[in-house]
Amino acid sequence: MANEAPAGDLRLAHLSKRFGIFTAVDDLSLTVPQGSFFALLGASGCGKTTTLRMIAGLEEPTSGQVLLGGRDIARLRPYQRPVNTVFQSYALFPHLDIAENVAFGLRRRGIRKVGDQVRRMLALVQLDGYERRRPAQLSGGQQQRVALARALINHPQVLLLDEPLGALDLKLRRQMQIELKRIQTEVGITFVHVTHDQEEAMTMADTVAVMNAGRIEQLGAPAELYEYPATAFVANFLGQSNLLAADAAGPAGSEVPVTAHGARFSVPVDRARTDQGPVYLGVRPEKLHLVETVDQVPTGHQQVEGVITDASYVGVSTQYLVRTGWGSELSAFTANSGVGGQHPVGATVVAHWDPRHAFLLPREPGQDDHTTPLLDEPVGAPS
Amino acid sequence: MTALAQLGGGTPATGAPPPARPGRHRLLPYLLLLPGAAWLLVFFVVPLLQLAAASLYDPTGSLSTGYALTWAFGNYPEAVQAYWPQFARSFGYAGAALVLALLLGYPLAYAIAQKAGRWKNLLLVCVVAPMFTSFLVRTLAWKTILSDNGVLVGLLRDVHLLGPDGRLLATPVAVVLGLTYNFLPFLVLPLYASLERLDRRLLEAASDLYAGPLRAFRRVTLPLSMPGLIAGTLLFFIPATGDYINAELLGTPNEYMIGNVIDSAFLVRLDYPQGAALSFLLMAAILAVVFVYLRRAGTEDVL
Repeated sequence: MANEAPAGDLRLAHLSKRFGIFTAVDDLSLTVPQGSFFALLGASGCGKTTTLRMIAGLEEPTSGQVLLGGRDIARLRPYQRPVNTVFQSYALFPHLDIAENVAFGLRRRGIRKVGDQVRRMLALVQLDGYERRRPAQLSGGQQQRVALARALINHPQVLLLDEPLGALDLKLRRQMQIELKRIQTEVGITFVHVTHDQEEAMTMADTVAVMNAGRIEQLGAPAELYEYPATAFVANFLGQSNLLAADAAGPAGSEVPVTAHGARFSVPVDRARTDQGPVYLGVRPEKLHLVETVDQVPTGHQQVEGVITDASYVGVSTQYLVRTGWGSELSAFTANSGVGGQHPVGATVVAHWDPRHAFLLPREPGQDDHTTPLLDEPVGAPS
Repeated sequence: MTALAQLGGGTPATGAPPPARPGRHRLLPYLLLLPGAAWLLVFFVVPLLQLAAASLYDPTGSLSTGYALTWAFGNYPEAVQAYWPQFARSFGYAGAALVLALLLGYPLAYAIAQKAGRWKNLLLVCVVAPMFTSFLVRTLAWKTILSDNGVLVGLLRDVHLLGPDGRLLATPVAVVLGLTYNFLPFLVLPLYASLERLDRRLLEAASDLYAGPLRAFRRVTLPLSMPGLIAGTLLFFIPATGDYINAELLGTPNEYMIGNVIDSAFLVRLDYPQGAALSFLLMAAILAVVFVYLRRAGTEDVL
């Protein structure tokens, strides 16, 4: 297996798909290493499902290649590809029982003795004993697992998952996330998982590609994407960020000094995506610490003064809005760990952060601060 | 048939029952049944019993001398003996027409349901449109289409599919073509309804699971269209077997089906016992065929 590893990579090369004048996928290139759990993350309409369907063969690319182990499969029919899909709607065959649903792919390839494999696969997804039921007799979570078993039994080189957990309720979704990850580790097949749920992508995938308007905004390990986003879109799609409009004028030593709203800040050079012209100075809300007076700020930290305008207690943390002197509102999350007290609405506070937790992103000239409102779900492109 | 079953099941569930006067509410479904049941009793059950009685009348009776109910079960074997070729012809012609109609109708229903897009409704109207003219007029039109001097026969003679004296009219082919044409909508409409509900994503899933177009059709489309296919074939086959207009207008006495014999027994020869016996035999034969067919097709949805 190990020596085959590089040969089994899935590579998309300059893949594009246009529907009329609408470009769904725009010159997309990426490599999914064999055996990895890869997530395509984006809002609806960003082209992630179209990308998946092109890998499956259900959509023909306008241009570009889909390479699997060096072989271009972009023009093969879906039934000729060593790839299987778990559909968003599951698409189980209503006229067949569970065993026949799972055996469907094997039978079409002329395999007669399917009983053992079906039983093993149903055991893997913990549905032993459900062989003779019909799909309509199963719950959503069970149907989802049948869909997974039906695809996995074929030992595809790549398993495609199209929002497979979208129709499940929150608790079941968490459970299935853990389950999917376990199964992926167990079978060692490359998983390409399409989702709009950033938490789902981050908890399961080794590598996440954030898509926006048919392009990949950033690709990397979840922690890397979260801690050091490459664009303002990623910074706000993956969790929240306080992005302050600033201007930079080149690096000075190991730091990039910036000016924002008349105040001077700096960011380490290796935390700067750009060091010239208009930039965003970004800090995650949980990296902002609130203290009452300036002399409580640790040395080396940078600070902004403001007034608390809103405090939401959400159990594990309290989420504050801090209005700055120039009118923008910053989000700050403080863990309710029993250390440090609560800040009342209207209190004057100093928000401070370690410059090593800040980051610099390119900014379109004329764009103002971009701070996400408290408790808002990340949706679509930043306004 | 499925539609009827659904309607029947749906009737008692008339929304949330008001707590007051539950007794009357429970009677409501039966009250709703009453007019239809009365209609069927007077115009279906009573005539059916009358016909059954007539089939057992003394065969020597006549309209002028009167009939006596002598429990003459001998009428049945006599009728079979005299007219078994017409019976066989009825099922043969209806069967051949059914095969032809399936070859034409399945692709048509599939195309309208899955591929027609915005033309769907227009095409459906086209399927039903011939029904706006009388059955007789349509069949007479086929007389013109198939006539010896017509374009079709001329063309077939030119390409030597027919000999120089070959003809279509007054042959079994004409009767089968007429039956196919006249009953095609009854096959297409239920089939369309089944295929229209077919989820395209299931075909994508089949394709993803190594089924080429033919296998996907055989393993997914066909089984899922089975209820419509069964309803359609029954709606086609039953009236086609009993039909006598097509044989009358497009055939000769050599092509006469059992419907023609029953027609003449009642209206020409005035042999009521024989006509009634033949009617019951036809009914029994059709029921037997349908029963065997449904058992073989094996769908829980229909029976």
